[in-house]
Amino acid sequence: MASQALIKDFEELIGKENVFTSEADLQSYSFDSAVLEPVVPALVLRPTSTEQLGLCVKKLYDNGIPMTVRGSGTNLSGGTIPDHSDTAVVLTTGLNRILEINSNDLYAVVEPGVITADFAAAVARKNLFYPPDPGSQAVSTIGGNIAENAGGLRGLKYGVTKDYLMGVEFFDATGETVKTGSRTVKCVTGYNLAGMLIQSEGTLGVISQAILKLVPPPRASKALMAVFDDMQNAAEAVAGIIAAHVLPCTLEFLDHNTIVRVDDFTKAGLPRDAAAILLIEVDGHPAQVADDAEAVERVLKENKAVAVHVPKDAAEKFKLWEARRMALPVLARCRPTTVLEDATVPRSQIPAMMKAVNDIAAKYRVEVGTFGHAGDGNLHPTFLCDKRDVEEFKRVEAAIDEMFDTAIKLQGTLSGEHGIGTAKAKWMEKETSRGTILFSQRLRRALDPKGLLNSTKLVGI
Amino acid sequence: MDTLHELAQRLMALDDRITACMKCGMCQSVCPMFGASGKEADVARGKLFLINNMAHELLKDPEALADKLGRCLLCGSCQAACPPGVKIMEVFMEARELVNAYLGLHPVKKMVFRTLLARPGLFNFAMRVGAPMQGLVFRKTGDAQGTVCAPMLNFMLGDRHIRPLAQKPLHAVHGALDEPRRAGGLKVAFYPGCLGDKMYTEMAEACLKVLRHHNVAVFMPAGLACCGIPALSSGDAEGMLRQMKVNLDVLARGDFDYLLSPCGSCTSTIKELWPRYAGRLGGLESRQAEKLAEKTMDINAFLVDVLKVEAATPAADAVPVTYHDSCHLKKALGVSAQPRTVIAANPGYALTEMAEADRCCGCGGSFNLFHYDYSRRIGQRKRDNVAATGARVVAAGCPACMMQLEDVLSHNNDAVRVKHPVEIYAESLK
Ligand SMILES: Cc1cc2nc3c(=O)[nH]c(=O)nc-3n(C[C@H](O)[C@H](O)[C@H](O)COP(=O)(O)OP(=O)(O)OC[C@H]3O[C@@H](n4cnc5c(N)ncnc54)[C@H](O)[C@@H]3O)c2cc1C
Ligand code: SF4
Ligand code: SF4
Repeated sequence: MASQALIKDFEELIGKENVFTSEADLQSYSFDSAVLEPVVPALVLRPTSTEQLGLCVKKLYDNGIPMTVRGSGTNLSGGTIPDHSDTAVVLTTGLNRILEINSNDLYAVVEPGVITADFAAAVARKNLFYPPDPGSQAVSTIGGNIAENAGGLRGLKYGVTKDYLMGVEFFDATGETVKTGSRTVKCVTGYNLAGMLIQSEGTLGVISQAILKLVPPPRASKALMAVFDDMQNAAEAVAGIIAAHVLPCTLEFLDHNTIVRVDDFTKAGLPRDAAAILLIEVDGHPAQVADDAEAVERVLKENKAVAVHVPKDAAEKFKLWEARRMALPVLARCRPTTVLEDATVPRSQIPAMMKAVNDIAAKYRVEVGTFGHAGDGNLHPTFLCDKRDVEEFKRVEAAIDEMFDTAIKLQGTLSGEHGIGTAKAKWMEKETSRGTILFSQRLRRALDPKGLLNSTKLVGI
Repeated sequence: MDTLHELAQRLMALDDRITACMKCGMCQSVCPMFGASGKEADVARGKLFLINNMAHELLKDPEALADKLGRCLLCGSCQAACPPGVKIMEVFMEARELVNAYLGLHPVKKMVFRTLLARPGLFNFAMRVGAPMQGLVFRKTGDAQGTVCAPMLNFMLGDRHIRPLAQKPLHAVHGALDEPRRAGGLKVAFYPGCLGDKMYTEMAEACLKVLRHHNVAVFMPAGLACCGIPALSSGDAEGMLRQMKVNLDVLARGDFDYLLSPCGSCTSTIKELWPRYAGRLGGLESRQAEKLAEKTMDINAFLVDVLKVEAATPAADAVPVTYHDSCHLKKALGVSAQPRTVIAANPGYALTEMAEADRCCGCGGSFNLFHYDYSRRIGQRKRDNVAATGARVVAAGCPACMMQLEDVLSHNNDAVRVKHPVEIYAESLK
């Protein structure tokens, strides 16, 4: 437990205004975006320089106080819910400077609390491109993106956060500075520790700086929408597009339940009988874009799309994407509680997985709408319920259990992008192996002998 | 309401609406208060969580909840950006009322809301006595906005640079207006709002000029009271009800097609909050408020949507102007295109957009009084965006925003004037 003397020390170290101890403030850091029980921390610290961050970590370690690092607290797996009531939450939101954007060498250096969308916009102003675009980019931090290996709509063509991480600086559990990677495209100096920190969910170290890769922006793009009356046809169309050697920057789908609900809400005149809608965007050099769009249109028709729409201008394109943008907001309005999952399967298994999701929902009498990234098999089955109804919520949990079983059987994964946290820790061994859990635990214990960093997350230490 | 348990039970009435919050955190990106403080308890997600904890008797300190709820501009930005569409403003208003009923209203607020603002005669008298005396207290700051500051009243007003009170308020200049319809034309009730009546009288005069130009007859009765939003924001529903009652009585006597205000906050209060709260006064008032709400329009929207005022082509030497979207206009009423058209109707001005035009300016009524430091910090971001456009004039459709803009621009020594869109349009009419 943080003593009064220690709190005073922290106040001297980072300023009184950056140490939160009131009941109300502490409660406001007891939760994140996951549908899990809150845990109120003992102390919240907001360092405003990386030096302060390091000193905070060291002091917490020396005093044996558990730590949970928190960016914007938007992760969906409980990664920022304190492990214990004596945990100190360490905020990175005071570390939000973009230190460098280098147009010659195509990289940027940022502090961990920089907001993803602010960073992408600053990069775009220099006519460069930072592709990872999680749905939460308007609020998520780069540190959180790295620690969760956040993906997004552009994953299929451009990859995810890990594909843009050139280097990191972080503090280990004891507050020691660790540097790995560099500003160069090639770097084999020492272990690839940046690769270890990616998707480490605050369990291996506290990221204090990141070097991110930038790319030239695509010069043109084109969108298409296709309607299918059979999920299998939609999946074959997706496979066909890839087989035709076209790599769309986005390849999204909405299922029947989602289409109907979005149409109910927006009255946009969506095809209510459709089994699925695919939304596709190709980008790149204008000539290539024209070729690719043509190829995609051909493949869609060959695979029995009942309708294919090609927007004529930006306004029409914006409207086309409206259905996808509204998917989560509309589903979230249906019932009080929204459990947003991200089970992911190999592309070809999407129809099998979709069938399983709907069968499971029927079996447990729960409501579900699914949308997601068809190009990379990353589905977002969204369960709609009221967690205050204990009996209903039990059925939802049972349905989710069975859904993960299926995902693993189909050689997929528990989580494509939302992380494990505490929400999915219990399924880890099923997807991996006993050895994986033991190895991870030994790794953690070696790096964090007192077991202070987010101790209950991923694989409990 | 004597015990915390009772307070908790009353707060449970909000449970359904609070549960709709999926804790996604998307409100962080638009919340001006969160932007300035970075604290989770200052953003809608945190506040809703704390109200819920109080309702479930997990939070024990109602003073702290009152303090957190007060750290909010009630700008509605969070609600407009909220994916599941949580009715955040309703929850905040009702929670403020309940917490306030438990803790008791600050005695100064009680005097102002229940006595001064609900009794137009008294309020007007106080202001009229005050206006000629201002010279003794206020000192001109010598800025482009024509504001004054009050070193003698520093303990109360802080370092604010504000507009002086008009030498003669609007209602004293015009008396009660009840013009006959011109050739069977339109007739509107004009609700200038407290600031339009007492401080921004040029703005209100510009509105009257424009209406006259378009042959619209005006009904502006004597004895209009405050719209009630300051009281309600402070959790004083009773004060708001008293003010609304006075207004409903006075307005019921007129025959008009539309009720117009140049103040976005008044307009959204009359349109959205009066009908919601009038039921507490009785069936008659409820029907009156409903009918009035249907007729109520922002004056910019009226000029464009009803009178079909159109944009002109800017002249070669047009003055660059930028426009700030007031929260109550854009986020509550969905009015954002019309004020821009009204500005563009004057060929002497050329509109240039600022970054984050719809980000809250930081005024937020009584928020400004109790959290001036944050208000200034939020305002500075708006000022920087205004300054970056190089505009010589910034327009806003709400006098509360105009007051805030004048304060921050004056403190930065910017030579940028603040005007209402209708003032700009009026300049182009003879
Ligand atoms: C509406 C919505 C849509 C979303 N869409 C997507 C999506 O499309 N793709 C996707 O991948 N995710 C998505 N997410 C999940 C989430 O937004 C991402 O995981 C995001 O990366 C979290 O960022 P954050 O700043 O909120 O991190 P937090 O939630 O604060 O933290 C996440 C984890 O990272 C750790 N952490 C944070 N900062 C550091 C640091 N400096 N050093 C070490 N560890 C750290 C924390 O301890 C925690 O374990 C979505 C979430 C919501 C609510
Ligand atoms: S945006 Fe709405 S649902 Fe999301 S956290 Fe804020 S209030 Fe809750
Ligand atoms: S009303 Fe405005 S200030 Fe208050 S929580 Fe919402 S966005 Fe923030």
